[in-house]
Amino acid sequence: MELNFTGTDICAVNGTSSAPEAHYELVVVGAGPSGVAAAIDAAKAGKKVLLVDENPVSGALMGNDVPLYFGGRMTAATQNSERMLEAIFMSMPELETAMEAGVELLLGTTAWGVYRNGPGVASLPEQVVGLADSERSWLIGFDHITLATGARDLAMAFPGWNQPGVMGAAALQMLLTRYDAFAGRRILVLGSHDLAVETALLAQARGVEVTGLVEVRGAPQASAELLAKLAETGIPIHCGTAITSAKGGIDGVESATLANGQEIACDTICAAIGLVPSIELVDTMHGARTLNAARGGYVPLGEATVSAVGDCAGLADNGFDHVAYRMEWMQALTNISADDTVICQCEEVTRADLIGVQPPNYLSRPAPMCARSLNTLLQDGPANPDQIKRLTRAGMGVCQGRRCRDQVAMLLALEAGKPFGTIPLASHRAPVRPLPLKIMADWNEPEAMSAAWDVWFGIPTQWVPVEDLGTQYEEDHRQMLYTGMYE
Amino acid sequence: MSGSEVVIVGGGVTGLSAGWWLARSGVKVTVLDKFIVGWEASGRNGGGASHYQSPLFDEEQRMWPQMDELLGYPTEHQKERIIIAMTERQWEQYRFVAERHHRLGHPVEVLDVKQVQEAVPLAGDNCFGGVHYKFGGHANPQRSVQAYAWALQDLGGTIEQHSPVTGFETAGGKVTAVKTATATYGCDAVVVAAGPQIPQLMAQFGIDIPLAPARAEMIITEPAPMMPIGGVDGHKLYGRQTMRGNLAYGGGPHEWIDVDATGPKDRPSTPLMRNLASRLAELLPKAAHLNIIRSWAGVIENSPDGRPIIDRLTSPDNVVVASMSGVGFGLSPASGHAIRDLVIDGACSFADIDILKLSRFDNLESDWREKRGWMPIS
Repeated sequence: MELNFTGTDICAVNGTSSAPEAHYELVVVGAGPSGVAAAIDAAKAGKKVLLVDENPVSGALMGNDVPLYFGGRMTAATQNSERMLEAIFMSMPELETAMEAGVELLLGTTAWGVYRNGPGVASLPEQVVGLADSERSWLIGFDHITLATGARDLAMAFPGWNQPGVMGAAALQMLLTRYDAFAGRRILVLGSHDLAVETALLAQARGVEVTGLVEVRGAPQASAELLAKLAETGIPIHCGTAITSAKGGIDGVESATLANGQEIACDTICAAIGLVPSIELVDTMHGARTLNAARGGYVPLGEATVSAVGDCAGLADNGFDHVAYRMEWMQALTNISADDTVICQCEEVTRADLIGVQPPNYLSRPAPMCARSLNTLLQDGPANPDQIKRLTRAGMGVCQGRRCRDQVAMLLALEAGKPFGTIPLASHRAPVRPLPLKIMADWNEPEAMSAAWDVWFGIPTQWVPVEDLGTQYEEDHRQMLYTGMYE
Repeated sequence: MSGSEVVIVGGGVTGLSAGWWLARSGVKVTVLDKFIVGWEASGRNGGGASHYQSPLFDEEQRMWPQMDELLGYPTEHQKERIIIAMTERQWEQYRFVAERHHRLGHPVEVLDVKQVQEAVPLAGDNCFGGVHYKFGGHANPQRSVQAYAWALQDLGGTIEQHSPVTGFETAGGKVTAVKTATATYGCDAVVVAAGPQIPQLMAQFGIDIPLAPARAEMIITEPAPMMPIGGVDGHKLYGRQTMRGNLAYGGGPHEWIDVDATGPKDRPSTPLMRNLASRLAELLPKAAHLNIIRSWAGVIENSPDGRPIIDRLTSPDNVVVASMSGVGFGLSPASGHAIRDLVIDGACSFADIDILKLSRFDNLESDWREKRGWMPIS
C-alpha cells in the first residue's frame, strides 16, 4: 500500500486539547485561614484571584471519607448542602472579607488535578487546574497556584476499625466546629500528643463525653500546657497500651478493648495519632516534595509558580517527630492484632495478604502464588508501594487510598526493616477526589479532537490482517477505518 | 541450547514472556530491567488479547486460555469481547469488521441493541448495535507481567531489577556479555526488548531501529456490577471491566515525545481524562454516575508501519530484537514463543513472521518521523 504522508498526524493531541475557560493570576486551593489570607493579600495587591474550596462536599462523598476521615459519624444535617454552605460562611467571616477584597470565591468546588508541561508532556496550552462542582468539570489557567489544602487524617488499622464510628481527629474537629453535625456522644481518643489533647478538649467543650485517651508510649506526649488543661477535666490517659479491637453492632462502634485488658464503652473511636499534609495536587503536577518528620510527612518544596501555605506546607514544627510516633503505633498495633486484620477497607486487603503480596480473594491462589511474599519480592529489589498495590489491590479502592496509603507505607517499612523514608510514596493520581464520569466529562470537546479521535494511533497499516495484505481488502480497510491521516 | 545462557534486556511483558519460553526450554535466563518489571507500557495498557491483524494471532488465541495454569499465577484472563457502535458511522465500520471476521473464519455475531444490553447491562438504548467477538479476550496487565516474572524465576531464571543496561561486549561477531553499571553478564545470546530504549541500545551495534515513542492515557472508575462480558470496546475506546468490576478505558489522542537511553523521565496524564470520561459515559450510560478514581499515562514506541519488529540480526548474529510497536501485551504469549524460536532455532516454528523483519525498513527515508508528523511538540 502506497501512503503519502502529510507531515501532520491529526490523531496526535497537538493543539486539540480543550482550552481553559478563564485565566487567573492566582488560584488558591483551600479556603481555610491560610488560603483565605493568601487570597486576600493577593487581591489587595491588585491581582485577579480565584479561591476554591471543595467544602461542603456532598453527604455521599463524606460517607466515603472525603476529604477527611468522617467514619460515618455525621448527622443527617450534612445531607443538606444549603445548610452546610451557610455553616461555612457562619464559621468563617473572613470569607466575606475576601469577597469584598475582590477575590472570586467558589465553594463546593473541587480542584482535582493540576497540569503543566514538563518531561513527557508539551501539549498543554498553559498550566491549568481542573475544577469540578456538582454539575460539571472545567479548566482554569493560572500564573501562580497556592495550595492551602490542609492536612488529612492518618488512619490506623486495628480489628474492628472498618465500621462506622472509627474516625479521624480533623474530621471530628470539622464536624464539631464548622458544621455542628457530629453524631457521636461518647468518644475514645487514640494518641496523646497535641492533636489528641486538643481534640479531646474541644469535644468535651462541645458536650461530648470523652472517656479517655490511649497512648502507646509510656508517658503522655502533649505539651505541658495542654496536659495541665486536660488534667483539670479529669479525662484519663491510658499510657503504655494500645487498642486491640473495637466491638460494635449495626450502628457501628459500641466499645473498645485495650491491650491492658480494659474495655471502654464508647460509640466513637477518634484516631488522633497524626495528620498528613494534603499533597495530592503537588504529586499530580509532579511537583517537588520532601519528607519532613517534624512537619507531619511529605511536604511541598515550593517552586516559582507553586506555593503551599498552612498545614499543606507542613504541620507546625514543635520538635515532635511525627513519623517515629506513627511507626511506634503501627508496630504496636501490628504486634497485638491478628494477621487477618483488614488494612485496605475498600478492597478488603488483610495485613497477611498485603505482606504476602497475595491477590484479592476472587482470584485463585495456586501453590506457587502462596509461596510468594514480600520477602521473595524484596529479593528482586526494594519495596515499592505502587508495585505492591497492583498485586494486592491495597489502596486501589474508591477512597483512593486516603485510609490506607500511609499505613501500607509504614507496614512495608517495618516488614522490610527499613526506615520509613526509604520506601517511596505510593503515587497520587488525578482526579485526587472521586468524580463521576458524567461530571468529569468534557461535553464541549473541540471539533478537531472529535474529528480525529482514533481508538489507537490511527496508523492505517497497523490493524490490517496479514491475510489481507496486498489484496483489495487492504485498501477497503483503509477507506473504511481511517480518515485524514494520510492522503 | 539447554544449559546456555541468554540475557534479556528489558523486563516488559515481551522480554519476560521470551524469558519464560526460553526457561521452559532449559535455557538459563537473566532478565535485566532498568526499574521494576512491567513498569512501563506493559503494566499500563488495556489488557486486550484479540489481535487478528498479527501473524501471531493464532498462537495468541491458543495460549491465553492456558496461561494461568502454565504460569502458575493468576492473570485474570477472560474470554471474548464486544464492540459497541455509538454512531451510524461506527456501526458501518464495526459491521465491516464483522464481515471481515466472517471471511477470515473468526467467530463473530452481530448484535442488536437488546442483545448488546443483555451482554453489557451498562450499555444503553443510545447504541446502534454491537459485534460479539467469540474469540479473544483480556487479562490484567500488571498481574500477568508479574506472573511471567515469577514463573520465569520458578524455572530457575533470574530477574535483576534496577539494572539498566549500559553496553555490550562482542567478540567474533557475537555478543559475549551484557553490561550494567555494576555487573557484567556473560551470555550465549541476547534479546533486546527494551521498548522505547531499543534504538539507543542497538545504535551501539551501528544498527538503526526506527521507533518513535509516544504517550497515551487511560482512566479507571470505581467498581460496577459484573457484566456477563467484560471486554467491551467501541465508540473508539478500548478497555475492559476488571474482575473487581472497575471500568478501565483508553483511546484518543497520543502525544509524540522523545525518550533518551535512560527511559521516560515521566509519564504524566493530562485533562484528556475529561474526553475519555465523556466517551465512556456515552458508551456505557448506566455507568455515567460511577466515579473515576485514577488516570495514568504510559509510553509506547511505534514502528513506521505500526507493526512489531521481531528479528534476529545477522551481525552480531546472536541478538534478537523485539518491539511490539504499541501492541505488545495481548500478543505476549505468542511473541515470547517466536523470540524463543529465533534465539534457539533461528526461525519461528509456528507462524510466518517475515513481515516483522527489520529489513522491511531498509529503504526507509531518514525523515520518516517528520513525514508522518510523529515529532515531539517543540
